[in-house]
Amino acid sequence: MSLLDIKNLSVEFQTAHGLFRAVDGVDLEIDQGEMVAIVGESGSGKSVSMLALMGLLPWTANITADCMLFDGIDLLSISKKERRQIIGKDISMIFQEPMTSLNPCFTVGYQIMEVIKEHLGGTKKELEKRAIELLGLVGIPAPETRLRAFPHQMSGGMNQRVMIAMMIACNPRLLIADEPTTALDVTIQAQILELLGELQKEKGMALVLITHDMGVVAETAEVVNVQYAGQQVERQDVVGLFDKPQHPYTYALLNALPERATSKRLPSIPGVVPGLLDRPTGCLFNPRCQFATDKCRKEAPDHSSKVLCHYPLVDGKPTNNHPGVSASDVSVSGGTA
Amino acid sequence: MLRFILTKLGVLIPTFLGVTLIAFSFIRMLPGDPIELLAGERGVSAERHAKLMADLGFDRPIWEQYFSFLWGILHGDLGVSFTSRQPVLEEFLTRFPATVELAGCAIIFAALIGLPAGIIAAVKRGSAFDHTLMGISLAGYSMPIFWWGLLLIILFSSPDMLGLTPVSGRLSALFWIDQDTGFMLIDAFVSDEKGAFKSAVSHLILPTIVLGTIPMAIIARQTRSAMLEVLGEDYVRTARAKGLKPLRVIGIHALRNALITVITVIGLQVGVLLAGAILTETIFSWPGIGKWMIDSISRRDYFAVQGGIVLIASIVMIVNLLVDFMYGLINPRILHRR
Repeated sequence: MSLLDIKNLSVEFQTAHGLFRAVDGVDLEIDQGEMVAIVGESGSGKSVSMLALMGLLPWTANITADCMLFDGIDLLSISKKERRQIIGKDISMIFQEPMTSLNPCFTVGYQIMEVIKEHLGGTKKELEKRAIELLGLVGIPAPETRLRAFPHQMSGGMNQRVMIAMMIACNPRLLIADEPTTALDVTIQAQILELLGELQKEKGMALVLITHDMGVVAETAEVVNVQYAGQQVERQDVVGLFDKPQHPYTYALLNALPERATSKRLPSIPGVVPGLLDRPTGCLFNPRCQFATDKCRKEAPDHSSKVLCHYPLVDGKPTNNHPGVSASDVSVSGGTA
Repeated sequence: MLRFILTKLGVLIPTFLGVTLIAFSFIRMLPGDPIELLAGERGVSAERHAKLMADLGFDRPIWEQYFSFLWGILHGDLGVSFTSRQPVLEEFLTRFPATVELAGCAIIFAALIGLPAGIIAAVKRGSAFDHTLMGISLAGYSMPIFWWGLLLIILFSSPDMLGLTPVSGRLSALFWIDQDTGFMLIDAFVSDEKGAFKSAVSHLILPTIVLGTIPMAIIARQTRSAMLEVLGEDYVRTARAKGLKPLRVIGIHALRNALITVITVIGLQVGVLLAGAILTETIFSWPGIGKWMIDSISRRDYFAVQGGIVLIASIVMIVNLLVDFMYGLINPRILHRR
């Protein structure tokens, strides 16, 4: 049995303009000790799907799934109280903005000790010892003195380390890192990712890394989920994904990597992820897809297939009797914005 | 910290000087001659009038009068009220406990109801409770105090209606107790008279509600908006991600941050209330400084008015200073610079 098993997860928000489906039929399966990356542009529902798992979405969100099992426990059917006993202990999450994710009114020591006290208990001395140990583990120099520091007295990188210390404090079995390095300097980014990788191996945690950085994916993940506009478009192991991308979106994403660019100008994907008011009919990616046909514009591809596409790519060429693209059909419009 | 205190104190000096100037000049701008008011209907002869004016020092140039007023303040002398012949400071101090007692009860009442109501409204944003509370607080905020006070008196004090509470004063005339502290609740509590404490409490209820209504509405609204802002912050999400109980997330993580602004509002209200709840004290014949100031103004008691205003302003400034320090204590970003 896998550690986490999510099938057909959907999240809808009631908005002034009607129902908005932020996550649409996402599957996620993670084994103990596995490292999965979720990739996609901003607005593709990566964070929302993980916040739904954590139960951190506002009450306006309507979450449905065929199943959402963590270690055999159905997270959707248990009470809020039972869920709180899992959240922060067995499943924990690191957020994007370290500077705003820590409470400015409390010392970092207090914030770390608080979570241990909540789930594991212990005397003040024990909690303090454990907090110092954790701060040392995440590479913070002079942890004894840092215990009494406030978040605003430390740098973003240091705060993210504190955040990691806080979230691994109860030895979680699944750690979700939501773009943990986006707000940090490039040099610090590498350090934080390295730290996460080390901790994951050391503690045998499963790790979900949400990112839009393909370079990070290549370096760290074992399995990759590609998400687009709330839908999971492709899932592959990392080697397969980089060698043989099957979904046109993945293909385009990889082509946009500077390392892979062959032409002088960096290729890009025209347009932006559709929002609430400009959802296309048929395949959600069709306005930006270079292989889109009339079928793509009318019919949505089947959720049950491994790749969410009418014409999965093989070696960069569409299959399934794709009518072929003439030069004039290549979409460069980007008029969705 | 020392620098923080010194900066705050430094700002107070020009403020204080401004207050003395305004207090000194405003009462003199009012029409009406203090001696004539003092003499009443019998009137006073021109010679006697001039002599009395000279005795009180009103014949001297105006700037000289102002500097002697300032000089007096620096020596702790605010002059003698020429209607009661008592030193102004003493008059003030005998009445101040009554005001403190009423203001204290009112602010406690306002905070005890306003804070939780604001928090609940923010947490249950858009609910029926939220809408009701915001409606009530808007009504409370716009309520004319004198009308509200009379309304409550009619409802609760009138023998024809409920007849539950007394109409005015601090204690029933049936009791005679020693005023050691000036705080009626304490004095009545330690006295031997049976029922005196109950009487003191029942005299406080209506004035407390009337005086506390506007601060309560302000506190509720401010708490709600501060909480709404804070509840959307990333660190509140982090607290929830830690699996903490909702009471802890809201009551510790969110409230502590929301309090930074709410404390300021409460502090400012304390200042306002201590300055003398003029309307409330007048309605309920509460012998505090608000009523004293009104009486002194109508008698054109220059020394009492200018001295009283300076004392009240000083108290407001001190309270605001304390609020600033509280703010520093509650918000570590003020004190612990990087």
